[in-house]
Amino acid sequence: MKDTIGNKQVIRATKILAVWTFLWVGSMALGTFGPKFIWNENTTLTIIGVIINAIFGAGMIFANIRHLNSLDELQRKIQVEAMGVALGVGVVGGLTYSMLDTTNLMEGDAEISIVVILISITYAITLAIGQIRYK
Amino acid sequence: MKNRLKVLRAEYDMTQADLANRLDVSRQTVNAIEKGKFDPSLPLAFKISNLFKLPIEKIFEEEML
Repeated sequence: MKDTIGNKQVIRATKILAVWTFLWVGSMALGTFGPKFIWNENTTLTIIGVIINAIFGAGMIFANIRHLNSLDELQRKIQVEAMGVALGVGVVGGLTYSMLDTTNLMEGDAEISIVVILISITYAITLAIGQIRYK
Repeated sequence: MKNRLKVLRAEYDMTQADLANRLDVSRQTVNAIEKGKFDPSLPLAFKISNLFKLPIEKIFEEEML
């Protein structure tokens, strides 16, 4: 497909989003494992790590908004549907999971990572369904 | 909503990619509109109307239930 100005904008916005996402995930790993394995529980470095992670997270959010704005109306519809389903499943699934924990119906503590994984998988599946539906 | 986009595109000897480039949308969007899977927004419908020099109602037709 020929590269239009619109396509170039989408590619550029996608690359920028990928960079911010990579930075955010990387800083998350650093902030999580750094205190124990790199800087030996130094509080100042831990606070800096958390702040950097939050800044990269904010950058990723703005990059995501920019990415959404670069898409055409059908692509945006597919994205918004996937995000909507992922949010719904995340809230309902997350609260159900939390209820299982608070009522002691499951062993161990509820982990936020499980909810993040649930949201991510739901988003990926719904996005794929949307792409196939409007193919 | 039914539309004559495929016919008009053929009359103008355009591929889906050509039309997508002219409208500044993806080929997937043109294909979805042609197949009636996706209804374009009013601005996009006007763009299509201007491109083919036809009023919107000559291109798009509401499907009566």
